[in-house]
Amino acid sequence: MDWMAWTLPTAIFFGVIALLLLTFTVLAIRFPETPRTGILRIETTRGDRLFITLLGSAFINLAWLGLVGADQWYALILCLIYAVAVFRWV
Amino acid sequence: MNKTINQKAWFLVLPVLVLVAFSAVIPLMTVVNYSVQDTFGGNQFFWAGLEWFDELLHSERMWDALGRQLAFSAIILAIEVPLGIFVALNMPKKGFWASLCLVLMSLPLLIPWNVVGTIWQIFGRVDIGLLGHTLDKLGISYNYTQDFLAAWATVIVMDVWHWTSLVALLAYAGLQSIPDAYYQAAKIDQASRWKVFRYIELPKMQGVLMIAILLRFMDSFMIYTEPFVVTGGGPGNATTFLSIDLVKMALGQFDLGPAAAFSLMYFLVILLISWVFYTVMTNLDKRDGL
Repeated sequence: MDWMAWTLPTAIFFGVIALLLLTFTVLAIRFPETPRTGILRIETTRGDRLFITLLGSAFINLAWLGLVGADQWYALILCLIYAVAVFRWV
Repeated sequence: MNKTINQKAWFLVLPVLVLVAFSAVIPLMTVVNYSVQDTFGGNQFFWAGLEWFDELLHSERMWDALGRQLAFSAIILAIEVPLGIFVALNMPKKGFWASLCLVLMSLPLLIPWNVVGTIWQIFGRVDIGLLGHTLDKLGISYNYTQDFLAAWATVIVMDVWHWTSLVALLAYAGLQSIPDAYYQAAKIDQASRWKVFRYIELPKMQGVLMIAILLRFMDSFMIYTEPFVVTGGGPGNATTFLSIDLVKMALGQFDLGPAAAFSLMYFLVILLISWVFYTVMTNLDKRDGL
């Protein structure tokens, strides 16, 4: 795997994403759900909301890096707030 | 009837999963790994953190390329969509001429990108190209290798030539699906041609037009080969769109770290647009009860 140039942070990053996908798959099997319509006026399932959260988080991190620059960890806190909002209202 | 629950069919999906992992997921993971490191070749990497992302977010070069890219997509959409609708409205509805039109309209769509690029590269040349030579004889100064406006005009006209057919064919399919009863009702109401278009044809074409707009946006946003063959991104950087800039960075300068960060940001934008595309399409389908 040398050619993939792994680092610990990126390994943790992918590990977390894999874990999230696994958790949501298990959740979907154990607790099936019906899609619901939120403030975006589109039907979403838990998986859709996870996707919206992850994609939005990427943009939040980039915006933080571009506009604020320092203390990237605060962007992560912002992402968590965003995640809660997405799962609550979208 | 009782159905037995059997999940074994999921194993049939495995080959696809393996293929996608091999061709897309693992390379993408490698790009993520590259984006936070620096390398001087020899498979030796040094940790750089978010440096490349930071550098790119503050680099005029990337924002300029993004600006040019958005401008290009906006211009070709503004031309191709109305023109495509106009062509579709004027195409014969049935018979020999309809078939002939359909075949002729499909022709540009069948030509590979690099060939289209080469055709226009030669067509526009002042010394041997028909277009370039004619414009020159008419006294119009036209040189796409030196003049920024000529270069832009050439890439835009080339894209319009290549892809308006797609919009026209989709719009034509939308028009064909309108039942005659709508037109008869409009005739009884003595609706004008404009009103027939505005209240019957346009709403009925909404679904296919949405597909056309989103397809054309995505395609033009990722365009590489045609402008690369015609102008090579020049004059200067005038037609250096995102993908051309990315290739310059990755393969020309061999800056793998910044190029990886660039690709990831590019990928995020494409992912966002694809998601919007998918969501809009599925919601339109649901609304239409498909």
